[in-house]
Amino acid sequence: MSSEHIDEVSGISTTGHEWDGIRELNNPLPRWWVITFYITVAWAVAYTIAYPAWPMLSSATKGVLGYSSRNAVKIELAAAEAAKGKYVAAIQQKTVSEIAADDALREFAVAAGGATFKVNCVQCHGSGAQGSKGFPNLNDDDWLWGGTTEQIQQTIAHGIRFASDPDTRQSEMPPFGDIITPEQIAQVGAYVASLSGKVQDASLIEPGAKVFAENCVACHGDNAKGNKELGAPNLTDAIWLYAPGETAIAVQVRAPKHGVMPAWIGRLGETKVKELAVYVHSLGGGE
Amino acid sequence: MHVLDKTQMERLEAKAVNSAKTRQPLYAPRKKIFPKRASGSFRRFKWLVMAVTLGIYYLMPWLRWDRGPFAPDQAVLIDLANRRFYVFFIEIWPQEFYYVAGLLMMAGIGLFLITSTVGRAWCGYTCPQTVWVDLFLVVERAIEGDRNARMKLDAGRWTARKLVLRVSKHAIWLVIAAATGGAWILYLADAPTLIGDVFNGTAASVAYVTIAVLTATTYTFGGLMREQVCTYMCPWPRIQAAMLDENSLTVTYNDWRGEPRSRHAKKVQAAGQPVGDCVDCNACVAVCPMGIDIRDGQQLECITCALCLNACDGVMNKLGKERGLISYATLSDYNANMAVATAGGSGPVNPSLVRTADSTFSARLAHFHIRKIFRPRTFFYMGAWTAVGLALIYSLLTRDRLEINVLHDRNPQFVTLSDGSIRNGYTVKLLNMIPEPRTIVVTMQGLQGAEMSVVGSDLPAARFFAIAVQPDRLNMLKVFVRQPAGEVRHAAQTFKFRVEDRASFESDEYTATFNAPEIAR
Repeated sequence: MSSEHIDEVSGISTTGHEWDGIRELNNPLPRWWVITFYITVAWAVAYTIAYPAWPMLSSATKGVLGYSSRNAVKIELAAAEAAKGKYVAAIQQKTVSEIAADDALREFAVAAGGATFKVNCVQCHGSGAQGSKGFPNLNDDDWLWGGTTEQIQQTIAHGIRFASDPDTRQSEMPPFGDIITPEQIAQVGAYVASLSGKVQDASLIEPGAKVFAENCVACHGDNAKGNKELGAPNLTDAIWLYAPGETAIAVQVRAPKHGVMPAWIGRLGETKVKELAVYVHSLGGGE
Repeated sequence: MHVLDKTQMERLEAKAVNSAKTRQPLYAPRKKIFPKRASGSFRRFKWLVMAVTLGIYYLMPWLRWDRGPFAPDQAVLIDLANRRFYVFFIEIWPQEFYYVAGLLMMAGIGLFLITSTVGRAWCGYTCPQTVWVDLFLVVERAIEGDRNARMKLDAGRWTARKLVLRVSKHAIWLVIAAATGGAWILYLADAPTLIGDVFNGTAASVAYVTIAVLTATTYTFGGLMREQVCTYMCPWPRIQAAMLDENSLTVTYNDWRGEPRSRHAKKVQAAGQPVGDCVDCNACVAVCPMGIDIRDGQQLECITCALCLNACDGVMNKLGKERGLISYATLSDYNANMAVATAGGSGPVNPSLVRTADSTFSARLAHFHIRKIFRPRTFFYMGAWTAVGLALIYSLLTRDRLEINVLHDRNPQFVTLSDGSIRNGYTVKLLNMIPEPRTIVVTMQGLQGAEMSVVGSDLPAARFFAIAVQPDRLNMLKVFVRQPAGEVRHAAQTFKFRVEDRASFESDEYTATFNAPEIAR
């Protein structure tokens, strides 16, 4: 390996290394390549000076340009807030039905309300607002406390049977197990079930109607269509908050369950409550 | 002190591998090339190609094409902001980008076809690198003079004149480069508006960045790097070896009549030694923009621009010899003729073997025949190229300009309403792909007793509705389909959404699913 070897074909010297007779030509690099290489080296060094790079004891060097990805996010978030500003201001000023009537505002409110819903409401009402036993489905057209945007707004803002809010929606069905006999409970259960479906023993319907007229019409109405002022459900439709059928109805008559919804105005503020009301109203069942 | 006997000192047989005498620099400076102006048929053809390609590139964005009031009137426009591509009468939506893929396939196969027949014609005539280098050389010649003047100027000391010439040359290059970058962005937005914005300083910063990048690359590649781009950066010279075969035409130095070359032909002839047609005037070398000698044979650096062919023909004319010492020839013809000239490879080239007694060419010489273009390989390329082209044309003529896409709400899948009926929600996307507003009819097919209602519209619930759709837009509707409880047959029923334009009879269908709870059956 000590002497210089010249490749006989190309006349170019080799690096002096040999592998099974194969030698490597010692061709020089083109100048542009070498210059480009030095430029990239210089660029890399300059980059580490300009931007945060070198690890120090507690943190890394800050870089002379003062760039920080955290700040970049902050600026982008501020820009997003600024872009929303026009809509948010309009929502603050207008009523929910005005918002719902304005195409652009409604679109914004539905998107914003949808996001708020995903964070605050899905735990009870489900991610599709489809509800579950004891928690109403918000997609349908059956509303305990009314389905206009204003009524929905009121419900969201002050909740239902939420003791710490003086404006909360309040009603309570008494436990009829203490008031009427078990036979009467079975009869009224059969009567109510018969309003929207079939019952096993039709002979219970007539005495049941009498029990209903004596005990239930005050809240549920003469025709059992309910009363939204009191949150008394319509008993003639196909939608049941707990379960359909005479047995389930009898259970509810004997010892009623009452759901509680918190008041959201304190936690979310008026703008978000309005957006939520428009969103819930848009799900398909709004009145 | 003990003095050693010098004869006992060991002498090492060592030689520095990296001694100063043999050490080579880490880089080799580029040797500048000063191509001489050529003239002749191929040079004229190159001027023509340059005029046509540059003309298309710089002027195309200014061409107008009336598409009515709802679409831009620029003939060729890549509207990135609205995701539309306009090419004369064709409008392409992003999901139809496969047309571009098809065109790229055709370009690729076309490149194979051209290369297998006439060699690296792409490199020599139409490659942007070649065209722009040619343009930059025109500027260089106009300012600094032809080859000899430029070499003298380059070797000379820096004087005021040299400075003026160099500055003006680079200034004009930069202007051309900026115009190149400027023309590029005109394809991406309305040209007359954008050019005004660019000069007013009100265009988007991405426009200026694009111009700056393309100015830099054009100036660097066309003015400074030139042949190095082809030799070091471009992969095509490497691929060409696989594309060329023995029947491909390529610029060839015909050794069989040129060798042995001599600058003193008559003296050598008088001495009774063989002498070829090549007078070693180096005209072919002087005009070469790649700085190579075509007489070395086929080589990676050769872009087959045929300027050496023109230069040599000029010399042959002056000498009163047949043109074509450098010619477009196939390797098989060249080999056949070499066999004649070397008497079957038994000796060095003897030019007298290719000539008859009256010094015309021997009848045994092979000449290019047009038949050689038609061989299985080129038929295959041509067939593939045509097949892709026909497929694209067929697809273009039969494509839908009215489409419907439906997304079924999945959460909740269905909603039970007060009267027991079942409601499903759908996001219906209506694609009106022509730049005209139209009224289309959406109909339901199947799903007994069900009716549709459009959210946010006053349309009554029905099994069909007519709706006005925006020109050249995707129109999105939220549609609720409601089926009475008694009509529900299965937990998952299929039905069709059908859209029709009753004026043009265009239509499209989408098969959707209607979900219901098990209990409602």
